[in-house]
Amino acid sequence: MDEITNQEKKTFWENLLSIDRRIIFLFIIIAVSVPLFFKTSLEIPVSPVVQGVYNAIENLPAGSKVLISFDYDPGSMPELQPMAESFFRHCFRNNLKVIIMGLWPQGPIQANMALDKVFKELKEEEKTVKIPQYGIDYVNLGFTAGNEVVIDRMGHDFQESYPADAKGTPLSEIPLMQGVRNYDNVDLILNLSAGYPGTQEWVQYAVDVFHVKLAAGNTAVQAPSMYPYVQTGQLTGVLGGMKGGAEYELALKRPAKAVSYMFSQAVAHGVICLFIILGNIAFFTMRKKKTS
Amino acid sequence: MSGEVIGVWIGAILTLGIFSFLYKDNPFYKFSEALFVGISAGYWFVVTFWQYFIPKFWDNLALSFNELVTKGRIDYHWIYLIGGFFGVLMILRLVPKIGWLSRWSLAFIVGTTAGLQFTRYLESNGIRQVVGTIQPLVVGGNLGTTIGNLIIVVGTFTGLIYFFFSKEHKGAFGGAARVGVWFLMINFGAMFGYTVMSRMSLLIGRMDYLFTDWLKLIK
Repeated sequence: MDEITNQEKKTFWENLLSIDRRIIFLFIIIAVSVPLFFKTSLEIPVSPVVQGVYNAIENLPAGSKVLISFDYDPGSMPELQPMAESFFRHCFRNNLKVIIMGLWPQGPIQANMALDKVFKELKEEEKTVKIPQYGIDYVNLGFTAGNEVVIDRMGHDFQESYPADAKGTPLSEIPLMQGVRNYDNVDLILNLSAGYPGTQEWVQYAVDVFHVKLAAGNTAVQAPSMYPYVQTGQLTGVLGGMKGGAEYELALKRPAKAVSYMFSQAVAHGVICLFIILGNIAFFTMRKKKTS
Repeated sequence: MSGEVIGVWIGAILTLGIFSFLYKDNPFYKFSEALFVGISAGYWFVVTFWQYFIPKFWDNLALSFNELVTKGRIDYHWIYLIGGFFGVLMILRLVPKIGWLSRWSLAFIVGTTAGLQFTRYLESNGIRQVVGTIQPLVVGGNLGTTIGNLIIVVGTFTGLIYFFFSKEHKGAFGGAARVGVWFLMINFGAMFGYTVMSRMSLLIGRMDYLFTDWLKLIK
């Protein structure tokens, strides 16, 4: 009887070590998909690095000018688009003036998508809040080629890189841009970044040269490389991946997409951890049996 | 059926096409992949032409030509011809006999990038980080900051020792190097964890698209 049980156990661990990867894919897809149907909000504490971003915006007086650089494309939407929407909600709630630009060609388009969604919400939910006006409350300068050179030139004069906005209107004719010559006339820079050019270039060419105040939202892949900048004070704060976005939504007391995604994220991570633990147990069990 | 609905259906079908590779390679996947690569190449060609070539090169040359015709003077915009010249050299890679000329352009790119990056990288990612490491080892009345500072100083110091190969890693030196390896491993682990989160986020985004935008199963 014992022999039969041992045989079954051996087969189970052996099978586990040679499990078809497609079974793991199936588990992950189920782990990601099923929680999407539950409107469960996890308790997520707001970390100091995220609080730093929130405070940087919250402490600005009404009418302050915020430059947001959209340096990502649709490939990073699940992580960065919720952050973009939260940035707009926060800025417009506090009556801040927003200048949009992009070092990635698709960046300003992502900004327009986020604006459309936020304006729709404002119309539906908060009828007392006025809808921001283009050219007065916000402006989209669009994309311009040149990567970090654009950042450097804007430190001298915005018009060197952006003689006109995305619609072709000269900056001199846009009310919001009156009195905005370079970074000295901007109170805060926010950067949403998925790679190069992105936050690192903003730190190198704007923060360390022109001493501007910068906060960032990054994909999770980039985030660990950005935390040292927070420790040195080069960045005011960082939103790291979807979790950073969720924390920011909670700090803003306006849970949205990132918070709703975090339950899926947690369950998927749990399944991955379970497979890692099971795989290790299987590996060490088999090794022990082989040596004995 | 509106254009938006058709777009959502195309997006959903192509998403499933890419996901089908998880089961095994198949023609549906090949089609989706080829379509993605083709559209990406076409998109970038258009972007490069309209966002780089026209505004940065052509428009500037037109300005200088206009200046020459109307005012009879040569302005600084002619300098863009140098960029244009190097651009033509790059295309010469397509001609095997004189393809070596493209190395001039590459040398220019590598040289300017290295020169531009050297000082900026050295200050932002070198000097400023070293300054950030110089921390008081004991902060009175704040145990958390004291421990944090100790971790930063010890982690940086032992991590650097690990990469010092001019002395054999033995004795106290070897012990410090081993501590450095632990710090490096924790760092790699954190980076891996974040990468997993990033990839899961992309999958969540796609699944949300399928269930919310396409099938309308989630409101």
